Amino acid sequence: MTSVLTYIGRNTLELIRYVSGLIDLSREAGYWAFVAPFKGRPLKWRSSIHQMVLVGVDSIPIVCLIAIFIGLVLALQGAYQLQQFGASFMVTALVGVSVTRELGPLITAIIIAGRSGSAFAAELGTMKVSEELDALDVMGLDRVRYLVVPKYLAMIVMMPCLTILADLSGIVGGAVFEILQLDQNLYTLLIYNRDALHMRDIWTGLVKSIVFGLIITKVGCYEGFSVKGGAEGVGKATTSSVVVSIFLVILADVIFTAIFYYTG
Amino acid sequence: MAHDSFEGPMIRVVDLCTFYGERQILKNANLEVQKGETMVILGGSGTGKSTLLRHIIRLEKPSSGHVYIKNHDICHMPEERFDLLRPKIGMLFQSAALFNSMTIEENVSLPLRELTQLEDSTIRIMTRIKLDLVGLTGFENYMPSQLSGGMKKRAGLARALTMDPEILLFDEPSAGLDPITAAGIDSLIVKLKNAFRMTIVVVTHELPSARIIADRITMMDRGEVIAIGTLGELEKSDHPRVQQFLQRVPEAESEDPHKYLEELTQPPA
Repeated sequence: MTSVLTYIGRNTLELIRYVSGLIDLSREAGYWAFVAPFKGRPLKWRSSIHQMVLVGVDSIPIVCLIAIFIGLVLALQGAYQLQQFGASFMVTALVGVSVTRELGPLITAIIIAGRSGSAFAAELGTMKVSEELDALDVMGLDRVRYLVVPKYLAMIVMMPCLTILADLSGIVGGAVFEILQLDQNLYTLLIYNRDALHMRDIWTGLVKSIVFGLIITKVGCYEGFSVKGGAEGVGKATTSSVVVSIFLVILADVIFTAIFYYTG
Repeated sequence: MAHDSFEGPMIRVVDLCTFYGERQILKNANLEVQKGETMVILGGSGTGKSTLLRHIIRLEKPSSGHVYIKNHDICHMPEERFDLLRPKIGMLFQSAALFNSMTIEENVSLPLRELTQLEDSTIRIMTRIKLDLVGLTGFENYMPSQLSGGMKKRAGLARALTMDPEILLFDEPSAGLDPITAAGIDSLIVKLKNAFRMTIVVVTHELPSARIIADRITMMDRGEVIAIGTLGELEKSDHPRVQQFLQRVPEAESEDPHKYLEELTQPPA
């Protein structure tokens, strides 16, 4: 009995520590990203742009490809159900709405968590192991300002961009099936999508994508900073950064979708 | 490089205690390093000497006690005030800690680029001077991964020297180096001491290198400072652990068979 309580207690404490660590990191990053530039401590544009290339530009092919597949699968599954009601023409709307509202941002976030979140954790973890973080401290260079903020900025800019591309690719993926199987043409697709999609569908997706990007950066960097031990620690941090950020992304997704549902 | 009128001990460590969880790493460590002096902190592995060094540059905060740099208590001052002191202290890490994504020149010039408003050309010249000082002229555009262990240490030293510090800290400068390269690093330390009258603290477990560079030696054992003095004074010391270290006597094996058996059979705590 006591061991169960100890277990629960220890894990609760760990969770609290983890969450407060994430909050501290976000506060510091927020300070260096949005307050310090007005106090004469400018942003690191060069490394921010470098990160944008790594996080954003380099992920375009994989994000688009996966989004096309998702759109295609969605159209197939939708048609399978909707045919029973003779409502195959609704497939276009189904794909358009679910991709822009939900799957575009989510798939992008999951790919980026696996691609960039893990890279953040591995990079910072290796720097910690090789004393590079200590070296930064000794020189008086703030590690959050130099290492975390560029990643934050890259994510804030790039996640919406990638999400828009994913939205488009998803619709294109669906369109392939709709044109080949449902006898539609580009004109009808355009009309159906125009009628089905509201601006709100798109911007709620983009808002979500920014939040997802912040979560992924936060978790990746925090895991990297808290690496203990050598190479094994880096491996563990990389793994858990992916698991934790995907979990938190989906949790945030639930919360945001609920908010948008009840306020819409 | 440092020319101000400050007299008295550059570094003063007073009653420093540190815990990692339950384990006490430092037990009431006391230490004074005078201006221009080279202090070697000598001791076996895991005796807390690196931890002591990390306290001097505020990479660790003590559980209790004080560290004074030029009479400023660095353990209890706000970050902004310590930022003013920081450029006066340079540190060479055990693994050299060069930033792997930057060239040697970028590594060495980083503090100047980030913390000063100097012109690019000035920075380049100052970087060359530092690299020349450590014997790395011509390696400006190499990446750290292209350098040998000894050269990395030299580059790390050049970076530590960039802001013209008054105090230089070395964490195991000869760890992982062959004797010849290690001797090269030792003579570099001596050169810095003679040329610039820097205050130097070196953590090492290598007696030969301590012989060459040390003005005074602090001997540490199990988190405690057990002796401070010149090598000659230490050799005359009758402290058994000091003698054991200097004579390279291995740890005595447990001679009581019963106790040994007990240790083996007891479940781990």
